[in-house]
Amino acid sequence: MEKFSTLISTAVPLDISNVDTDQIIPARFLKATDKKGFGDNLFRDWRYNKQGDLIQDFALNKSKYSGSVLVAGDNFGCGSSREHAAWALVGYGFKVIVSSFFADIFKGNALNNGLLPVQVSESFLSILFAAIESDANTQFEVNLETQTISIKETDLKESFEIDPYKKTCMINGYDDIDYLLSKKNKIEAFELQKSNSL
Amino acid sequence: MKKTLFDKVWDAHVVDAIDNGPQILYIDKHLIHEVTSPQAFNELKDRDIPIFRPNQIVATADHNTPTQNQHLPVRDDLSRHQLEQLAINCKANNITLYELGHKYNGIVHVMAPELGVTQPGMTMVCGDSHTSTHGAFGTIAFGIGTSQVAQVFASQCLLLTKPKSLRVTVNGTLKKGVLPKDVILYIISKLGTNSGTGYFCEYAGDVFENMSMEGRMTVCNMSIEMGARGGMIAPDQTTFEYIKGREFAPRGKEFEKKVAYWKTLPTDDGASFDKEYIFDAEDIDPMITYGTNPGMGIKISDAIPNSKNESDKKSLAYMNFTAGETLLGKPINYVFIGSCTNSRIEDFRVAANYIKGKRKADNVTAWLVPGSRQVETQIVEEGLKDVFEAAGFELRQPGCSACLAMNDDKIPQGEYCVSTSNRNFEGRQGQGSRTILASPLVAAATAVEGAIIDVSKQFS
Ligand code: SF4
Repeated sequence: MEKFSTLISTAVPLDISNVDTDQIIPARFLKATDKKGFGDNLFRDWRYNKQGDLIQDFALNKSKYSGSVLVAGDNFGCGSSREHAAWALVGYGFKVIVSSFFADIFKGNALNNGLLPVQVSESFLSILFAAIESDANTQFEVNLETQTISIKETDLKESFEIDPYKKTCMINGYDDIDYLLSKKNKIEAFELQKSNSL
Repeated sequence: MKKTLFDKVWDAHVVDAIDNGPQILYIDKHLIHEVTSPQAFNELKDRDIPIFRPNQIVATADHNTPTQNQHLPVRDDLSRHQLEQLAINCKANNITLYELGHKYNGIVHVMAPELGVTQPGMTMVCGDSHTSTHGAFGTIAFGIGTSQVAQVFASQCLLLTKPKSLRVTVNGTLKKGVLPKDVILYIISKLGTNSGTGYFCEYAGDVFENMSMEGRMTVCNMSIEMGARGGMIAPDQTTFEYIKGREFAPRGKEFEKKVAYWKTLPTDDGASFDKEYIFDAEDIDPMITYGTNPGMGIKISDAIPNSKNESDKKSLAYMNFTAGETLLGKPINYVFIGSCTNSRIEDFRVAANYIKGKRKADNVTAWLVPGSRQVETQIVEEGLKDVFEAAGFELRQPGCSACLAMNDDKIPQGEYCVSTSNRNFEGRQGQGSRTILASPLVAAATAVEGAIIDVSKQFS
C-alpha cells in the first residue's frame, strides 16, 4: 500500500448523494481476476453513453476540473462490498474522497487501498462545492498528520476523524495482514480455548 | 451487565484489542465466490502466505454464472476464466467448492443456510454485502471487501471497531398479502438508506418471532440497504428446527449441547441499545419502490411523494416517473423472481399459489431463478414447475442472475422490471434498466396482470 501524509491538489466535484458502488463500477466490469484497469470504467455509465462517447456535462469529463481529490455528496459508496470501487477510484488517479458521509464497507475498502476518505460536515461540504464552482483551480490541502482539510489561500479548514490505528497504517503504508500475522500466537491460543470450552 | 444478542456473539469472538484502536475478531466461517476472491488469493500467493484455516471456508459459484445450459461450458470468456480461477484456487488450497452443476451449488446466502453451515452464535463473513442474510440465525454475519477476504485467508481474523447497536421492533399481526419483503421495504422507507451506518441491527417483536426462517432471511438480507453492516434475529425453536438434520448441522448429543448454548444468546431483558425504533404491523401494506435507492419505497397504492432534493429528482427522471402519480396500472414488461432476498422455496410457493390457474400477460417476460440447486429440485418435486410452465413462466437454473446482471440476464435499456431483488440502483439490472423492488406476491401479480396492481385489494 502506498504511504500517505499530505496532499495538495485541485478537486473534481460530484454533487450527487447516495452514489452507490454500482455507479462507481458497474457489475459487468467485475469479471477481471486482478486489480488493474478498473480506472477506465470508473463511473462508466455516467461518463460514457451507450455508443461509448463521452457525456460532456458529467463532472469528470469537464476539462476545467482535475486533481486527485473527489468531492462528493452525502452517503458516498453505499451498496455492494465490491472493492473494485476503490480500485477504480485509485486507478483513475484519486487519492482522497471528501463527503459528508461514507458507507461502512466502502470506507474500509478505501482505507485498505491507500485512498483516504475525508468526512466533513454538511456545511463545510457546501463550502468546498462553492469554492470549486467559483474557481475550478482552487487548491485544497489534505493533511493526514494533523487530520485537516483546508482551502489553500484562505484560512478555511476543518478537521476530520480517522481511527488512530488506520492513520498509522496509511502514513507508513502498512496493511492489516502484517499486523494480524504478528498475532498468530494469540489467535491460535484463542482457537484452543474456544474448542475446549465447547 | 445486561447484554444484547449482538454483544454476546461479538464478545465471544474477540481475540485481542489494540489500545485506542480496533479489535481482533475471530471468524468462524468464511464464504467465498468467484468475483471478490481472486485478487485475495493472488495477494496471499504474491506474499507467500498460506491460507490459515481452509476447512473454515466454503466456496460457491453464483454471481457470474449462466442460468441456462449450465451443463455446457460457459460461453463468455471472461466469466469462464473467473469461474476456472475459483476452481484452481480452491483446489490448490484445499477449500470445499460447490461449483456450477454441483447439487449444493447456489447463491452463497441461500446455499450456506440450507446446508446448515450457518448456525447461531457464529461469526461469518463473505465478500458480499448481503452476507447480513445469515443474521436470521442469530449469527454475526457481514460483508467484507477483498482486502479483508485476504486478511481472513491469512489469519481467520479481522481488525474491526465494534459497531453500535440498533433495535427495530415490529409488533402486531401482518395483514394478508403482506410478506417479509414488505416489512423490510417498509422499515427502510421509514428510516432511510443510511440510518443504520455504523450499527448492527437486531429485529425484535412478534412479527419476526412468528416469521419462518426464509422470511427472517429476507429481512436480514436487506439490513445493508439501510446502511447497517448486519441484522440479527434471536435464535428460537423455529431456528433450531430449521437447522436440525441439515448436512453440516451438529447431530445427536452435539446438537442438544449446541441448542442449550444457542438458547443463552437472546438479548437480556433490560439490555440497552444505542438506537431503537418501534413500528406497528398493522401499518404495513404491500410495498413497491419508485426510485433508485431501496429507501424510496411506498405502499403499492400510494402516490409518489414530492421531494425538493436534487438526488430524488434525478432519480425520478431516471425512472421516468412524476411526483404525485401512482404506479397502479403502469405497464411492466419484465418480472424477476430471484436473488438472495427472495429465491427460497417459500418465495416460489407464494408465487405459484397466486399464479395457479392463471396465465402470464403476453407483454411480460418473467424469469424465475431459484437460489440454489436444492431449491430448484424442490420446485420440481412440489409440482410448482408445472404450475409455472402452464402459466407461461420461465424457470431458469440457479444463480444471482438479473439481480446484478453480470451474466446474460439483463433487463433492456429503459424497461421496467418488477423484481424481488434488493437493489434498484441505476443500471443494476442492465444498462439503463429501471427496477421496481417488490415481494414475490406483487411480482407474480404483476406478471399475470402485465401491469402493477393492488394486491392488497385481492385479499381484503
Ligand atoms: S443475488 Fe444479488 S445481492 Fe444476492 S449475492 Fe447475488 S448479486 Fe449479491
